[in-house]
Amino acid sequence: MNYNWHWLIFWEASPDGQGTYLDTLLNGLQWTLVTALSAAIAAFVLGSIIGVMRTLPSRTLSRISMAYIELFRNVPLLVQMFLWYFVLPEFLPWGLGEDMKRLLPPWGSLVPAVLCLSFFTSARVAEQVRAGIDSLSKGQKLAGLALGLNLRQTYQYVLLPLVYRIILPTLTSELMNVIKNSSVALTIGLIELTAAAHAMQEFSFQVFEAFTAATLIYIIINIVVVIVMRFLEKRVAVPGFIGTKREAVITS
Amino acid sequence: MAMIDIQHISKWYGSFQALRDCSTKVEKGEVLVICGPSGCGKSTLIKTVNGLEPIQEGEILVNGISLTSPKTNLPQLRAHVGMVFQHFELFPHLSVRENLTLAQVKVLKRSKAEAGEKGLQYLERVGLLEQKDKFPGQLSGGQQQRVAIARALSMDPICMLFDEPTSALDPEMISEVLDVMVKLAQEGMTMMVVTHEMGFARKVAHRVIFMDQGRIIEDLPKEDFFGKPHTERAQQFLDKILVH
Ligand SMILES: Nc1ncnc2c1ncn2[C@@H]1O[C@H](COP(=O)(O)OP(=O)(O)O)[C@@H](O)[C@H]1O
Ligand SMILES: [Mg+2]
Repeated sequence: MNYNWHWLIFWEASPDGQGTYLDTLLNGLQWTLVTALSAAIAAFVLGSIIGVMRTLPSRTLSRISMAYIELFRNVPLLVQMFLWYFVLPEFLPWGLGEDMKRLLPPWGSLVPAVLCLSFFTSARVAEQVRAGIDSLSKGQKLAGLALGLNLRQTYQYVLLPLVYRIILPTLTSELMNVIKNSSVALTIGLIELTAAAHAMQEFSFQVFEAFTAATLIYIIINIVVVIVMRFLEKRVAVPGFIGTKREAVITS
Repeated sequence: MAMIDIQHISKWYGSFQALRDCSTKVEKGEVLVICGPSGCGKSTLIKTVNGLEPIQEGEILVNGISLTSPKTNLPQLRAHVGMVFQHFELFPHLSVRENLTLAQVKVLKRSKAEAGEKGLQYLERVGLLEQKDKFPGQLSGGQQQRVAIARALSMDPICMLFDEPTSALDPEMISEVLDVMVKLAQEGMTMMVVTHEMGFARKVAHRVIFMDQGRIIEDLPKEDFFGKPHTERAQQFLDKILVH
């Protein structure tokens, strides 16, 4: 193979006017983190609500949340990304669609990317929350209700604190997934980390250096996520609490 | 007025009828023991008394309040009806003290300090004051059940429901829980107790109910229950559980 290794390329000026090639990558990293973290937070909140709805006595609410989960889990992420970016603006009322198309970069692709990843990931979180609640013994809910807590309080003070402890490890891998999945946003023009590496390669032809750097950065992010989540798991660990009668069954 | 008045109730799970035209009363200060073979509907019956299981026919009054009336505030009623479960059902992520105070604060709107004081007072009565900062997973089964009783008592219940409170316990821990219940009965608590501990029934029960296939087939004062001949079905069952 005839390839000119040139590791100092990162310190050379990049033609995109952002400074060096390293700056290009770090800029991409910034948008990867902004996209993934916003989507992760939204997915956690939304997924908790939908997952709880799935377990409520009301048939209607349960069916609605089931349809939601199936829809967002089963349509390929790339298709969803295109739907949010190309199709949604055409159907928004009150000129909102036009406003959306006029957004300046990176917002024009960041907003649909965050929306897309939020809904996609929320369906997966919802399924985990649902499985977690189902895995708790029915007696916990009865004990809460028998003490006079209403249904909302029973979920808030009894069921959900247990469920989040049980599903924390799967939430960790979901967080890593959303970081990886954010790279799909490059297809709608978001210059996140993968797109930045691709741009660097286009300009400099140093394809191996560019993607080696991107790979390393993804690995470092994952290590940080694991460390933070392990710390969180330790923080919320309860002495003598071995989870549930059976392990939460995650169907994903 | 009876504290608990169960009038001709029937309950179905789907098409399966779990309770058939059951009626009984528990007067204030009375202890009612319910026994019968597994699956006969004892748990279902006791859970209808605080509305954890809805009924399709009949009427239940607790302290004069109708459970079937849509106007009844069920959480408010349940707050004053203590319930103790076979598997304790302490909240594993909360310390013993937090288990005792959660509902006092959230439902009865007591201050944390007041709830803590009340909870610890009952914890002391069940002999577990020194365990107040432990978590349920760090206690033995017998200790957990005593905490569960203290948790129910902290709500100042007007009556207490027990669903096989000792049947998940190792034999050596049964008596520590029964002792607490006997004391409670002697102090005049109104109690409905599903149990096969006939020693407990002999000691403190006023009446004993025998159920079979969703029906109450015997409802007798204790003296009659332990003294007089039974229906064939009840006698068979009693022979089995009294042997050991
Ligand atoms: N949630 C439920 N759904 C359907 N059937 C049930 C349910 N709970 C109890 N049953 C049935 O109702 C009958 C009475 O149950 P239960 O009251 O738990 O009996 P016991 O406490 O006397 O052992 C049993 O046949 C049981 O299978
Ligand atoms: Mg039972």
